[in-house]
Amino acid sequence: MSAAPKHAPTMAKASVMERLGPWLPMLLVPVIMVLGLLAIPSTSSWLTLTVSGLAMGMMIFIMASGMTLVFGLMDVINFGHGVFISVGAFVGVSVLLVLSGMTGAPSLMLNLLAILLAIIAAAIATGALGWAFERVIVKPVYGAHLKQILVTMGGLIVVEQLIVVLWGPEEIYILRPESLQGAVTFAGAALEKYRLVAVAVGLALFLGMRYVLRSTKIGLIVRAGVENGEMVEALGYRLRLVFVGVFVAGSALAGLGGVMWGLYQEVITAHMGQQMMILIFIVVIIGGLGSVEGCFIGALLVGLLQNYIAFIEPKAALISNIALMVAILMWRPQGMIPVVKAK
Amino acid sequence: MIVKLLSGDMPRSKLLSAILLAILICLAFAPFIFPGVRSLDTAARICVFILLVASYDLMLGYGGIVSFAHTMFFGMGAYGVALACTYMERGFGALIVGAGAGALLAAVVAFLIGLFSLRVRAIFFAMITLAVASAVAVLVSQLSGLTGGEDGLNYKIPRELTPAFKFGSEFLGVKLNGKLLNYYVVFFGAFLLFLLLLRIVNSPFGRVLQAIRENDFRAEAVGYRVINYRTAATCISAAVAALAGALYAIWLRYVGPDTALSFEIMVDILLMVVIGGMGTMYGAVIGAVLFVVAQNYLQELMSVASAAVEGIPLLPDLLSADRWLLWLGLLFVLSVYFFPSGVVGRLRQGK
Repeated sequence: MSAAPKHAPTMAKASVMERLGPWLPMLLVPVIMVLGLLAIPSTSSWLTLTVSGLAMGMMIFIMASGMTLVFGLMDVINFGHGVFISVGAFVGVSVLLVLSGMTGAPSLMLNLLAILLAIIAAAIATGALGWAFERVIVKPVYGAHLKQILVTMGGLIVVEQLIVVLWGPEEIYILRPESLQGAVTFAGAALEKYRLVAVAVGLALFLGMRYVLRSTKIGLIVRAGVENGEMVEALGYRLRLVFVGVFVAGSALAGLGGVMWGLYQEVITAHMGQQMMILIFIVVIIGGLGSVEGCFIGALLVGLLQNYIAFIEPKAALISNIALMVAILMWRPQGMIPVVKAK
Repeated sequence: MIVKLLSGDMPRSKLLSAILLAILICLAFAPFIFPGVRSLDTAARICVFILLVASYDLMLGYGGIVSFAHTMFFGMGAYGVALACTYMERGFGALIVGAGAGALLAAVVAFLIGLFSLRVRAIFFAMITLAVASAVAVLVSQLSGLTGGEDGLNYKIPRELTPAFKFGSEFLGVKLNGKLLNYYVVFFGAFLLFLLLLRIVNSPFGRVLQAIRENDFRAEAVGYRVINYRTAATCISAAVAALAGALYAIWLRYVGPDTALSFEIMVDILLMVVIGGMGTMYGAVIGAVLFVVAQNYLQELMSVASAAVEGIPLLPDLLSADRWLLWLGLLFVLSVYFFPSGVVGRLRQGK
């Protein structure tokens, strides 16, 4: 018989690194900002780049958040997520073009109201499309990743082609509303007004989402579903309904992000969603599949890094994202904030 | 002999054997059966795509790994040949060096991507390949000094493979020139590599891959290192795709982002694999032939149909020749649902 293993509990306080561990990813955003400040010679251009990086990051987050939740909740990987961005942009921009009387007026209130209407229309349209997409495309292939990837990719192609049928193959140029054009000067740096609005909207959405997920009952069910779906079902909740709800909400958010992205770029094409998918995948992977906070941090990192690098060495901008992804996966192979899963 | 040549993987259906034999004969004697520049071009395209799709099937159908970087590997081979022909002395040496370097680079890149993503979960692989492939496509169009950017590269291949080289007057009404030789380089290159792929998937290695596709957890438990097998399959598949790209570059004497790197080609490959049948090499043959023929001739049919419904709202737009991808996309989704084993699977069941 062997002796019982020695029982030696550690009573010491956890070290600083141990306590810091889970929060390290949060620190990455300020770290990148400081590095950018060191690398970029003029403070005013650094400020401009930081604001545009944050604006871009917020918009990417809005588009990516739905996808990461859908994956976390139901293990469904939606390669067709990008198409909601395109549809949202086209619906929203069409509404804005109809409301040109409101967008052309020099009043800030009227302009914001027009954008709000466009966003609501886009969110309703993409939410409905998301519901149909879930019904027709995703539902029959639960539990089979390979088929999910193929089928959602096929759905992306079909819907993208339908956009071309409905709106024509040409890209559509759109001007931002009158009072959101131009920039304000702050501390010698030119900050585009629209980017400030984008940062504000993104932050508000993130905080709202956090509130819903952390402080409401439905948020509790969603978070519990991500951790252990079977247990939640055993407790009597119909996870399927929750999932459909999250899918629709995620699609609507993607459509909302599509409108904002279209106004940011001032041009929309049917392929824009597909192009955005690349950034979204990078964000979702480095954030940790299924984690909303990780997605938020990842989006900010990607947005900031892309803007800094584009300023320092324009040709390296896209490669920098890949490099960031490789670096983070080397550090944490499951993404920055891995979601614990019992599945 | 035939059984040995096909590595014991027979078509297992009379109709399928007949179709495959017909395709083989048509491709082998294409310059004589279908004279004309356009049809020879179609035949060469079919040969290249059969090889490309078969190499993709090794990954998707046998390994169960979804990759969106297959055009990137294809492009590496094509650009390898193009760059070697541009910067080296004109001759067969340049072709071999270019193709070899392209295949090697593709295998190394595939190895690195595999190392990073397959280690964690296979699903990452699909996303990461998509990101890397698009980054490479942007890079190629930005480095215009080296790669010609959006315009691509025109280059000289050995004189023996161009129409200017003549080695006889006529045979069966076909001019005996370098173009004919070029076609046979493409045909035999694709044919031999296809047989090699057939050999690989029917080897013990291929069986293990299939086991992993069916149940990776169990394969690991039985004692196979899943990640090693998956990475190896990815590397082989990437190298063969690069060689297919090299053949295409030799045939076209031009490479550009549209012919060798665009995402549309990736979508085409996916459609061919799924329509032909995943998990059988013969599916690649059927899929590629159906698709390339449809691509060349369906568009004309659709423009006829579009003209016929003139006046009805929306319908002409839906049927216009530019929207053929819409219908192929629908076909793709439906075939994933209802015929996951594709045309080949159907034929084999129906025997």
